[in-house]
Amino acid sequence: MTALPPLDGLFGENRVHGALYGDPAIFAAELERIWYRTWVYVGHESEVAAPNDFIMKSIGPQQVLMTRDARGTVHLLLNRCSHRGNEVCTAARGNARSFTCPFHSWTFANDGSLMGRAFPDGYDRPDGYDRDDTSALGLGRVARVASYQGFVFGSMAADGPSLAEHLGGAVETLDRLVATSPEGEVEVTTGFLKHRVKSNWKFVLENETDGYHPAFVHSSIFSVADSGIGALYGSASTAVARDYGNGHTEIDLRPEFRRLDRPLGWFGTTPERLPAYAAAMNAVHGEGRAREIMVDGTPHVMIFPNLFIAEIQIFVIQPLAVDDTVQHVTALQFKGAHDLNRRLRQQTMGSVGPAGLLLADDAAMYERTQRGIAARDPEWIYLARGLARERRDADGFMVGHATDEVPSRGIWRHWRSLMEAAR
Amino acid sequence: MSPVDTLREPDLLRQVEAFIYREARLQDEHLYAEWEALWTDDGVYWVPANGDGGDPEAEMSIIFDNRSRIGVRVRQLLSGKRFAQMPASRLRRLISNIEILSVEGDELLAAGNSLVFESTPRGDTLWAARVEYRLRRIDGALRLARKKVVLVNNDKALFSLSFLI
Repeated sequence: MTALPPLDGLFGENRVHGALYGDPAIFAAELERIWYRTWVYVGHESEVAAPNDFIMKSIGPQQVLMTRDARGTVHLLLNRCSHRGNEVCTAARGNARSFTCPFHSWTFANDGSLMGRAFPDGYDRPDGYDRDDTSALGLGRVARVASYQGFVFGSMAADGPSLAEHLGGAVETLDRLVATSPEGEVEVTTGFLKHRVKSNWKFVLENETDGYHPAFVHSSIFSVADSGIGALYGSASTAVARDYGNGHTEIDLRPEFRRLDRPLGWFGTTPERLPAYAAAMNAVHGEGRAREIMVDGTPHVMIFPNLFIAEIQIFVIQPLAVDDTVQHVTALQFKGAHDLNRRLRQQTMGSVGPAGLLLADDAAMYERTQRGIAARDPEWIYLARGLARERRDADGFMVGHATDEVPSRGIWRHWRSLMEAAR
Repeated sequence: MSPVDTLREPDLLRQVEAFIYREARLQDEHLYAEWEALWTDDGVYWVPANGDGGDPEAEMSIIFDNRSRIGVRVRQLLSGKRFAQMPASRLRRLISNIEILSVEGDELLAAGNSLVFESTPRGDTLWAARVEYRLRRIDGALRLARKKVVLVNNDKALFSLSFLI
């Protein structure tokens, strides 16, 4: 395993060292100790809805082929022929019972098992019977696969905490998300935008639940479009930042939405403008509960290390190198919410991705910060905001004002525990 | 729409080229208000993702702006706080292989290839695309009714595209 550079000198009093974002040795150790060990979000079950569907995904720099076999089981396979290492699949998605490596025609079933090799007599042993054990020559696979509310996670470690243990208290945010669908399900069906930034993945990760920046980084769009987002992140906001532990963090906007008490206000609209959706919610939940759901809105939660649910869309963070990161982003679609979904797609396209009215400005900050840390004085990133006012909520999770750095402190606490854990 | 023999319509081709080159220069030089004025009231600015462009109502596009959102994009660029364009990208683009593909009534469809060199603090980026222009003649002048920019590498992860492509 990659040697871990000593971390003691890289953590100070509410400070983390710039090298944690810029040192290639740290990045190499992160791949082994975080990305190839902990639970990482890979894809959504709705992306392989039909038997034999497949789609190319990733865990860090590695391609991961997510398949659904004929019996309906979802597999996470590594895209490397067990013969001589060739990429087995170059299609972005499709439907196939098997994958044939074009190099020497080895063929694998969509559950990863080796189905056959060209000219098999070449593998006969002298006695003619004692052939290779082909059950050991399947595609590599992500050791553990588990899903929750359709979100499929993979862990490359054979042993470790379960997905439920990993998600911990943050599991409630996924329940909250699907509640916005009249059928209790979200779907990922609209294709991904892929936005590349010359920045470390942790600047992206921390920014997702940094409630301090929107008032400044996004002031241009707040000034020209009536989005209503700006006030959520103002100093008078009642929204809170939360650290769920295990690196999961949230900006919980519900206190502000409940104070405003406007159904669908979280999405800048009203039940009157989305009558079919409101009627479907009322029919399923009754008007009282439907109203509560429509007031509360969907979560703004960062599931460590790579799934950011941003109210109306999901981002999947993919680290490629110490200063090279891709955000894959698409609109969430709520099953049974046709009129809501159309607006979700339109708003997602406008706000995120390479040309997004919001995200291009975030990307500018990630990249500026990556260049900024090349300067050696001060060496530290200062993460003390809100220390004096952070507190435990009723569930025991640390919370602070929406603009406080509770999330970053929680992310770094977990990062360090993963990096220093014995294997 | 009917096909056009541009050899027989040299004046029309020259008018179309003049419009396209002007649009390119306004983009390169960040003359946002002048660029916005090229659009018709129902203009659509479309930069598909993941291929030549499926159904933009159903799939994510890099840009799929109706006329209202084109206005928001321009006002944001003019706000002085669009950090993705601070400093503004240094740009020069070539538009070539221009053909008029069809003409119908007041509208024509033209297309060409574009190569844009962008220099930013992040580094230098080359953007290559097939560009389609639906132009409409209004009061004698050509206006932009629809622009579709199909980046050659739009299936890959792209750096920020915060200038006007």
